[in-house]
Amino acid sequence: MGHRQLTFHIFRYNPEIPKEKPATVSYVLQEETGMTLFIALNKIREEQDPTLKYDFVCRAGICGSCGMLINGKPTLACRTLTKDLPADITLMPLPVFKLLGDLSVDTGTWFRDVSLRTEAWVHTEKSFDPHSQEERMDNETALNIYEAERCIECGCCIGGCATANIKPNFIGAAGVNRVARFMADPRDERNEQEYFDVVGSEDGIFGCIGLMACDDNCPIGIPLQGQLAYVRRKMAVAGWKR
Amino acid sequence: MSRYDHFTSDVLIVGAGLAGERAAIEAATQGLNVMILSLVPPRRSHSSAAQGGMQASLGNSTMGKGDNTDVHFADTVKGSDWGCDQDVARLFAETAPIAVRQMSAWGVPWNRVVAGTRMYDGKEIHEAPEKEGLIAARNFGGTAKWRTCYTADGTGHTLLYTMDSVVIKLGISVHDRTEVLSLIHDGTRCNGVVARCLRTGKLRVYTAKSTVMATGGYGRLYGASTNAIINEGNGMFVALETGVVPLGNMEAVQFHPTGIVPSWILITEGARGDGGYLLDKDLRRFMPDYEPNKKELASRDVVSRRIMQHIRKGYGVESAYGPHVWLDIRHLGEKHINTNLREIANISRNFTGIDPVHDLIPVRPTQHYSMGGIRTNIDGMAYGLEGLFALGEAACWDMHGFNRLGGNSLAETVVAGMVVGDKIAKYTKEASTHVSSAQIEEHVRFQEDRIQALIHCRNGKENVYELRHQMESILSENVGIFRSKEPLQNAVDQLHELHQRSFHIGLRSGGQGADPELASALRITGMMKLAYCIAGGALARTESRGSHYREDYPKRDDEHWLKRTLAYWPTGADRPVLKYEPVKITELPPGDRGYGEASAGAASAKR
Ligand SMILES: Cc1cc2nc3c(=O)[nH]c(=O)nc-3n(C[C@H](O)[C@H](O)[C@H](O)COP(=O)(O)OP(=O)(O)OC[C@H]3O[C@@H](n4cnc5c(N)ncnc54)[C@H](O)[C@@H]3O)c2cc1C
Ligand code: SF4
Ligand code: SF4
Ligand code: FES
Repeated sequence: MGHRQLTFHIFRYNPEIPKEKPATVSYVLQEETGMTLFIALNKIREEQDPTLKYDFVCRAGICGSCGMLINGKPTLACRTLTKDLPADITLMPLPVFKLLGDLSVDTGTWFRDVSLRTEAWVHTEKSFDPHSQEERMDNETALNIYEAERCIECGCCIGGCATANIKPNFIGAAGVNRVARFMADPRDERNEQEYFDVVGSEDGIFGCIGLMACDDNCPIGIPLQGQLAYVRRKMAVAGWKR
Repeated sequence: MSRYDHFTSDVLIVGAGLAGERAAIEAATQGLNVMILSLVPPRRSHSSAAQGGMQASLGNSTMGKGDNTDVHFADTVKGSDWGCDQDVARLFAETAPIAVRQMSAWGVPWNRVVAGTRMYDGKEIHEAPEKEGLIAARNFGGTAKWRTCYTADGTGHTLLYTMDSVVIKLGISVHDRTEVLSLIHDGTRCNGVVARCLRTGKLRVYTAKSTVMATGGYGRLYGASTNAIINEGNGMFVALETGVVPLGNMEAVQFHPTGIVPSWILITEGARGDGGYLLDKDLRRFMPDYEPNKKELASRDVVSRRIMQHIRKGYGVESAYGPHVWLDIRHLGEKHINTNLREIANISRNFTGIDPVHDLIPVRPTQHYSMGGIRTNIDGMAYGLEGLFALGEAACWDMHGFNRLGGNSLAETVVAGMVVGDKIAKYTKEASTHVSSAQIEEHVRFQEDRIQALIHCRNGKENVYELRHQMESILSENVGIFRSKEPLQNAVDQLHELHQRSFHIGLRSGGQGADPELASALRITGMMKLAYCIAGGALARTESRGSHYREDYPKRDDEHWLKRTLAYWPTGADRPVLKYEPVKITELPPGDRGYGEASAGAASAKR
């Protein structure tokens, strides 16, 4: 079958060798049936340029490693099929995150920092008793928590967010969503004022300008618009009570 | 200034998946200083990809009524085809309910029992009102009761995120993008590791009183695998390369019945557990012919072989990627598929462009899990070196024997993390450091020399990626679901040669800084050794047990083979040395599994 010839324009920069300036390098590749960017980038690395850096782990759209700008749009490379793209494909690293080299960025450190700052763990005074039955929970509640918990920390919502691009400490939609996950969880005993302390600021929910690029870009379909609105409402009330 | 950074801790944990993190938490809460290393940020570890669930005999769901740790124990032993250590299986089954409940207390949003009536496989199921809100369970292969606890189809994700939130809360140090290259030891005691920073390419030294390998499986030795691409068996070959630590049962390789064609991404067993069927090219449900009782839910080794057997008889669907069968979940309905099986729906849509609400999913058995690994005793201590522990998929603890049941691996990671983590803590409190700077220097120098040789192509110009692809296809073609003497001998011969060639790799990239080609080149010889141990062990084992199926020896042979393979690689040797030890039988003498070839041999006659 007459497969296309694809041209990849890939951002190249190695921060370890700062005297070499960032550049865009082009690679030509024959398209194959069912080709994803995971397959294409591996081919380029194995056959054309073994120094090319990028991150894949699960190659299945589950782990969140492979967020990048694909023709300008932040999304997951592993589950992007070349057949859905034009023959000219531009790949850039996600902005906001620290660049580790070429298409590889340090989302891990960024998300860990947000988890720490928002204290993203269950806060409770109860201690675990290994010999008693589990505490009950309504299945609807469990599913609601899971709905927010599905975020894979890929950073696509952050990379496309105007606020995050200018404010280094803004926790972004993913950060707000992480907080919403604990707000929805009855096991977490924090009250509104305690949550206010972690998201009720310009670096938190009040930094968001509401243009919803995040919601459009989330590859997992987390309802970010709703989550932002929910947290904003709660925090506005909490702020009022101060 | 020193050539490398040096870090010390009481406990050094290599691997930030569920097993490593749970053990880290145990040691840290007992007051020890703990350091975790990982190739990737913890939440990207392979554990996050597990969809289906985690077994524990809570018995809350109606179909799990009467379940208890005895039944879980018996299922695990049968599943293992009597290849496991029964004292470990017992300890495991007893601890699993506590592990699931603790994960609940820490924040996992397990699906809960909803009272009322629903349909399953043509039958009505009533959930009792007094169980409402307790942790629910779904059906999984090889289990007598519904025992697999789950969060929709993101079980591993929610477990790992919750586990990691506790690691963050406790302030445990994690060095991600760090790759362990070798163990620092003197032939009797392990004192830490030499690692390479994957940000800068610099070498680092980590020393500790105890070193723990929780590095996961080796799926990527086989090109077609459901595993993450970082599952290259690193921890196992690093241990093997000490020359004194053996690997247990490396020939026990699990194939999952339903890898999606052709990306080999997993379609969770939950799909069959929730009522999905397998269909052949005539759209006929064929599993009841072979396994009238368990049908699609016999254990994985059995279902995988039945599919391949059926394909060999000419009932496979032809495709550009070889013959396959279909998985049909359409009858479960849009609502169920889009909530409880949402990940499957996404994978089908994103990678093959089909919608399982309306379409059939093309599937074929695919490499999935490594039962074998670093051989340890019941306390998680590795054989051969003091101060070295292993757990999770990297270890052969050994509760899976020759076949792991679905849902028993997530359970193993958390249970072993609790149990072995406690042993690590106790051991460490009594231990002291023994490492000398001469010993460290020797191990660092060795890695520096390797790196320089690769960069300057000192030993040749072999291409790492080519060798790797050859290794993958040798394994896939000769050491797969059906095995026999000739192909296995072939594999051993070819791997022998390939292993030798791997000493002559030279880089094309220059190998500067965190160069990815250098990283691959540093791993490949060790990966070849693992492949060699798998093929060699399979050739030697002249019987069929669990996932290890020899066409030329189709029966289990308890008289000669009720034993575990121990593969050693003495320093400087050019091939592994195989030894054996008996498996521990404490409660359940070898018998019929109640499914599989022994019990349904007449299936072909019926058609
Ligand atoms: C697609 C899929 C679905 C699955 N679903 C289920 C399921 O539903 N139920 C179930 O019970 N089991 C399931 N399993 C199996 C289960 O997920 C794994 O066996 C389990 O998660 C392994 O956990 P682990 O902690 O041992 O290792 P992993 O989670 O694989 O973690 C390994 C860690 O080691 C690190 N590491 C590796 N090498 C090095 C090195 N050299 N230096 C430093 N760090 C290193 C990695 O970075 C990683 O952090 C599934 C497996 C697959 C492939
Ligand atoms: S809505 Fe808020 S969080 Fe989302 S992209 Fe806009 S500013 Fe960023
Ligand atoms: S909210 Fe969506 S886009 Fe943002 S990090 Fe999570 S999964 Fe990625
Ligand atoms: S590699 Fe895991 S999401 Fe793309």
